[in-house]
Amino acid sequence: MSGKHSRRMVREELRRIIELCRAVENKGLNPFTVNVDDLIAVIRLYFPRLEDPEDLSLDAEALNQIASIIKMQSEWVKRRATSLYRDPFLIEEKLRRLSTRDLTEIFLKTWHPIVELEQVTIGSLRMAMDYWESLTPLNERWKEEELLKVMTERTTREELVKQGFLRDEAFLSEIEKMWRELKEDAGSEGKIDYWDFIGADSYEETIERAYLTSFLVTYGYASLEIQPLEEKIFIKPNEKPFLKTSSQPVSFPISVDYERWREWRKRQGE
Amino acid sequence: MAKASRRIGRKRRYATMLKKAAQLIFYRRHMEPGVKGWELRKKLGSDYPKVIALLDEYLRSIGLTVKTVFEGESSPENPTIDQLDKARFYITLREELGLEDMKFMGWRIDDLAGLAVSLAYIISKGGKAPRKDVESLLKMKIPEWRVEMNLSRYLRMGYLMEDENEQLYLGWRAGAEVNQKKLIDLLLEYEI
Repeated sequence: MSGKHSRRMVREELRRIIELCRAVENKGLNPFTVNVDDLIAVIRLYFPRLEDPEDLSLDAEALNQIASIIKMQSEWVKRRATSLYRDPFLIEEKLRRLSTRDLTEIFLKTWHPIVELEQVTIGSLRMAMDYWESLTPLNERWKEEELLKVMTERTTREELVKQGFLRDEAFLSEIEKMWRELKEDAGSEGKIDYWDFIGADSYEETIERAYLTSFLVTYGYASLEIQPLEEKIFIKPNEKPFLKTSSQPVSFPISVDYERWREWRKRQGE
Repeated sequence: MAKASRRIGRKRRYATMLKKAAQLIFYRRHMEPGVKGWELRKKLGSDYPKVIALLDEYLRSIGLTVKTVFEGESSPENPTIDQLDKARFYITLREELGLEDMKFMGWRIDDLAGLAVSLAYIISKGGKAPRKDVESLLKMKIPEWRVEMNLSRYLRMGYLMEDENEQLYLGWRAGAEVNQKKLIDLLLEYEI
């Protein structure tokens, strides 16, 4: 048998395995009809002859499909062991023979529809009005940058910072300013409630302060103290910027949503 | 005296939380109705399971109940707080319905029978069945044009889900509204 002929045969065999596995999966057939050992033996037999990347990719796909069949076999066994398992043919037979009325009557005994309301309340209207008032008009938010055709020329450091290619020294000094502010606000207690620190008169400013505060923590200027039971987060300034290099960095998402900001503002006003 | 006023304070606090819990669950705030456990914790505090139990008791008198749908297939007997946080809470009808109630629910008898057939068939196949098979089963008793329309409705409402291989699965609403084990048991018990 020529090499070319043999390669074609191997490809066909691998494709056949893939098709077989896919058919079983898509038609929901009994996965135990597939003899996994036989398929693995075929793949093992052909693998040493495979050199072409396309053939190797087919081989990997065939293995992947066999793995899916094994997973299906495991699920099949698990399902048969559960209390919900009943012979599907028996159920199908009942479904075919029962009248529409009987089926509906049975279904109504097991159906408990969800009850829900969709209604505008005074509270939600008030919130929507507040939001509308603080919303910037579209023509200001979606200001389109006009593209200009320019010749290549030398650029400046300021321009690169503006475009985000270089890090801005001003950003670091901004962070250090925040750090000094944090040290003052933390006072003798050495910590301050996270929201009391980032909260500002406007939501936009609050977001900006939360953004800068995240860098305070990342760069080691401050650390977070989380009290999960009381659901409180405090921020503590470090005496010197301190980066833990030995331990794995941990990220801790804090949601700064509009509703939460409103609640905080309301509390401040009380 | 102090003890009594503390008790009144606690009662008032729970009454407020009960109202808040009812609003959170009744009003649709997301694509899906109901609310996640962690959202309740955020709004009501860590003893929200107790508030939910009180709400369930309160709703009993008007034939409603708080239904908890846990992540995964099974419902744990004694759920941990973590399982409750990840679960979704809905308010559903508590009692069984009869044929006479169907009209008030806005369903035709054919459509509801079609839903029962689709769900029971998918459950019997282990939670997944080819759309073609469900269609051919429905076409035995429902006109072809209606089968297509009904399946779209079941999918849109969340009773069913479909993947890119045209396989149908049980949707989130089936998990929340239908007692699957009871449906299968009743079907098999029914004498024709």
